[in-house]
Amino acid sequence: MNQSSLTNVFFALLKRDLLLAFRHRAELFNPLMFFVLVVTLFPLGTGADSKLLQTMAPGIIWVAALLAAMLSLDAIFRSDFEDGSLELLVLNPHPTSILVLAKVLTHWLVTGLPLIIVAPLLAVFLGLDSSLIGLLVLTLLLGTPVLSLIGAVAIALTVGLKRGGILLSLLVLPFYVPVLIFATNAIEMAASGLPVVAQLWILASLLILAITLTPWPTAAALKLSLS
Amino acid sequence: MMKFIHKTASPPYFYKLAGLWQPWLAGITILLLIAGLYGGLIYAPTDYQQGESYRIIYIHVPAAWMSLFIYVVMAVTAAIGLIWRIKLAESVTVCSAPIGAGFTLLALVTGSLWGKPMWGAWWVWDARLTAELILLFLYFGIMSLYAAISDKRVASRAVAILALVGVVNIPIIHYSVEWWNTLHQGPTVTKFDKPSIDFRMLIPLLIMAVAFKIYYVWSLFMRLRVELLDRERNTQWVKSLLMDNKD
Amino acid sequence: MMKDFFYMGGYGFYVWGSYAIAAIVLIGNIVLPKFQHKAMLKKLTKKLYRAEQLK
Repeated sequence: MNQSSLTNVFFALLKRDLLLAFRHRAELFNPLMFFVLVVTLFPLGTGADSKLLQTMAPGIIWVAALLAAMLSLDAIFRSDFEDGSLELLVLNPHPTSILVLAKVLTHWLVTGLPLIIVAPLLAVFLGLDSSLIGLLVLTLLLGTPVLSLIGAVAIALTVGLKRGGILLSLLVLPFYVPVLIFATNAIEMAASGLPVVAQLWILASLLILAITLTPWPTAAALKLSLS
Repeated sequence: MMKFIHKTASPPYFYKLAGLWQPWLAGITILLLIAGLYGGLIYAPTDYQQGESYRIIYIHVPAAWMSLFIYVVMAVTAAIGLIWRIKLAESVTVCSAPIGAGFTLLALVTGSLWGKPMWGAWWVWDARLTAELILLFLYFGIMSLYAAISDKRVASRAVAILALVGVVNIPIIHYSVEWWNTLHQGPTVTKFDKPSIDFRMLIPLLIMAVAFKIYYVWSLFMRLRVELLDRERNTQWVKSLLMDNKD
Repeated sequence: MMKDFFYMGGYGFYVWGSYAIAAIVLIGNIVLPKFQHKAMLKKLTKKLYRAEQLK
């Protein structure tokens, strides 16, 4: 077997990162707990008017998912940056952009996927109509990988900075806005009985664009942050 | 051609060139602004529907055009800087950001001042306005990222990457009025057939657009001189410049 | 005639407000770099002077 083919390296990296993530199982819960807590804050902060909550539910869940994704971005490169394995990754003869995709996939599996699984429960908390929950999950399925992919560019740019936290949000949130708008718009339109095929296609194309266009800037930014 | 580019892009040469051009850029900008302001405030007739409030257009539209134009310039010079490692290109990207942010802010504020009397709202979450607001955040992000990285060579390249990633927003802003049927007015000047705006109103608008462009070059060149001094502080040409300046 | 000019058909606040903010932005983006240039020259000259003194 060719030990060093790109596919093998990709999956080896994926396996390694997933293993590392599961060794710190407690940390896996943090973004998820944040997500649940933020969603819970809204009915508490706005008074539990059920009609209002029901209307705002897609937006609340999506904003909370956005924030949870953003706060967990640091984990993609932080530990490797600090112990030097990131440099080894970049020096690897295989294209860094593909290896970066392995790391982003880990991030999504470990933070995005749990959000998607828990979201239906939160939707019920907020009184979202059960016919819309499937659509909510679909938008999250299409959208959360985009959040990880775009977030990777931003965290690659700021991983070398001492206090890059707030700067990260300034960099990443403007790019998250289109995903947020199309996802919540899809659910709102469906709530009024209107077709949502267009919004879903746009979310899908955002995903394809993100997969194809973000790895290169992420790799370039990593090389820059390491210099 | 390459020789011309190498000569112009060399920091000491450009520093001198920018300094020599300054009075001319200033003069042309001021003349064009006077012509545009006269045209917009006095020459152009009162609008049949909007009365006098439409005169905000002479600030709002050129400012909005500049907010997009400058970002595109930033993206192009970012690509040039990253591919050919030309320092001056990187500096153009960095120095254009505050100017672009200023115009974006101006477009948003004048848009609100126009929108309030006309449509009763300071702000709506219409596609074009939202995208323009995102553009402002992109500019701020670029300025903040540059400020946060202490090695200015690394900072310039990081900002170049960010600028390139953000360029997808520009076609969204431009085409948003065609793709979504919401509040903001559709294209009236940049359509390919005859613009549907009155000639006497169009001319001052175009004059202001050109004035703002020359203004951008004027402000950019001033900022570039500061930036070049900063980045090149340890080179011989800067040292001899400072020596000459001292006496 | 002059009064009409300032009154702008009742929209004076909005029109002149816009032009005023434009003036602030345009003037600011020229005056600020001018100050920065002077400050930069001063700062770098000082640094050079001190470096020369240390030699």
